[in-house]
Amino acid sequence: MRIGDFKETYAADEAVFRTGTVRLWLGLLGLALAVFPFVAGEYLIYMANITGVAVVGAVGLNVLTGFTGQISLGHAAFMGVGAYTSAILTTRLGLPFLLTLPLSGVVAALCGLIVGAPSMRMKGLYLCIATLAAQVILDFTFVHWESMTHGIRGINLPPPSIFGLSLAGGQAFYFVIVTLAALAVTACRNIFRTRVGRAFIAIRDRDISAELMGINLFRYKLYAFGVSSFLAGMAGCLLANLLKVVTPEHFPLQLSIQYLAMIIVGGLGSILGSIFGAIFMTVVPEILRSSLGLLQGLDPQIMRYLFPLQTVIFGLLIVVFLVFEPHGLAEMWRRLKAYFRLWPFEY
Amino acid sequence: MTLLAVDNLTLAFGGLNVLSQVSFTVEPGQIFAIIGPNGAGKTSILNCIGGFYRAQQGRIFFDDQDITNISPDRRAAMGLARTFQNIALFRGMTVLDNIKLGRHAHLKTGLLSSLLYWGAAQREEMELRREVEESIIDFLEIEHIRNQPVASLAYGLQKRVELARALAMRPKVLLMDEPVAGMNAEETEDMARFILDIKEERDVTIVMIEHDMNMIMDISDQVVVVNFGQKIAEGNPRQVQSHPEVVKAYLGEKRER
Repeated sequence: MRIGDFKETYAADEAVFRTGTVRLWLGLLGLALAVFPFVAGEYLIYMANITGVAVVGAVGLNVLTGFTGQISLGHAAFMGVGAYTSAILTTRLGLPFLLTLPLSGVVAALCGLIVGAPSMRMKGLYLCIATLAAQVILDFTFVHWESMTHGIRGINLPPPSIFGLSLAGGQAFYFVIVTLAALAVTACRNIFRTRVGRAFIAIRDRDISAELMGINLFRYKLYAFGVSSFLAGMAGCLLANLLKVVTPEHFPLQLSIQYLAMIIVGGLGSILGSIFGAIFMTVVPEILRSSLGLLQGLDPQIMRYLFPLQTVIFGLLIVVFLVFEPHGLAEMWRRLKAYFRLWPFEY
Repeated sequence: MTLLAVDNLTLAFGGLNVLSQVSFTVEPGQIFAIIGPNGAGKTSILNCIGGFYRAQQGRIFFDDQDITNISPDRRAAMGLARTFQNIALFRGMTVLDNIKLGRHAHLKTGLLSSLLYWGAAQREEMELRREVEESIIDFLEIEHIRNQPVASLAYGLQKRVELARALAMRPKVLLMDEPVAGMNAEETEDMARFILDIKEERDVTIVMIEHDMNMIMDISDQVVVVNFGQKIAEGNPRQVQSHPEVVKAYLGEKRER
């Protein structure tokens, strides 16, 4: 139960983590994340790595779609741009991982700015179709710009290393991903503590009055596209270095839609929601797969029916979630916290 | 010295003439009212001044500068603030964030420093919070709702938050579109008091559209009457009230038998 939560300075009132209890839990979470790779098996670490990449990508998309209201169907393509940038820079120029990581973000951000330029004139579904076009064009480029991307064969990457320290194993790379995910989440949360983030939300809620409040719409929409595709590019670079291979099949339209699903299930316009959504969309299908796999012992033939069933159950889960909690997992979490704030009393 | 001047403003949407050759000037420190029947073009005048509409003809001068071709966001930065008839708050934000947003054009934090939220960016936010609390939230008596999402507030309070947001813009001229529409007598009195205080304590000039004739007669210094997009009368409230054209526009003509 939380009582006596009074603030004496504006700085304390503006803090993100406002009470000692919250900071304690956050510390415990950090500790758990640090210990995790030493106790978990290879498979779990791999899952954690994939989830971490999804978190970076989902936070990026949420800045653009959830907070600024610009629906994007090209997020996977920007990840692809980042992944190919890092692969090409690594294999051709031999640049170290620490350099390719920000560079892949920058290249993806430039693509994002170009794709975002029509947002001056278009909004809503029309912009959505424009970003879909970007997805298709970039997809096409990945396949057919053979001299650069090696087409459908893709590019193999050597294991990354930082200052001579090899990150070949999933365990070592885990720390890179977790650190980057934490940085990305923190940076995005910070945006929304300043005028930049307020401008984003204002554009989403009412763009006409936002402009009359002194916000340069075009500039801030481009900022949102830039931040979003920068993070997508970094996520793509992480994915490339994790899988050690890049092919066009890693970044289909379906992945863009999956990222949209992540932020919708997690909570549009919520940083925490992007994390929840990324975890949900990555981990739940795996849980379904392994739990349905247990039934395989009963009858080997059964997998023929169970395999498509996974997808059906997963789809149903999303629908049920959205019906009962349209504001996503973040809103569920908020209500849960509100309940325990007074627990064990009713009010 | 004139603070705001509208000169020969003409606005048409296709074949529909919304405004034809409207001119008036607003002196600093005035409460300047624009009245007229529904559809007369009052809001269109404010939209032209704010920059949301581009007039086909005519010029607008603000603070000795020709702002006719300046974009709306830059006009806001120059000191033109606006409240809307049908409230245009940002529904996804709390009251506090809505008000802070009003200061946007006067803040400096860029994209990169906002990512870090360190040093200057943090100091600027703290300074903003202090100012908003002390000079706006206290003044408008909305301390109790500062952390609520605006969507959950009652209509009268939303109007007040919108005024707070406009004040955060550090306006020289405040354009108010029907500040007391749909309010009860008590809320109307509160709003009239706030408007007078804003004018007197903060040197803000007020241009407002209003249908509440009692309030217009009580607080405004200068009144312009428009009908069918044309200015039909101008003067102090007394003069306007007895002007034959105004009586005709509001009450109709006496039928000749």
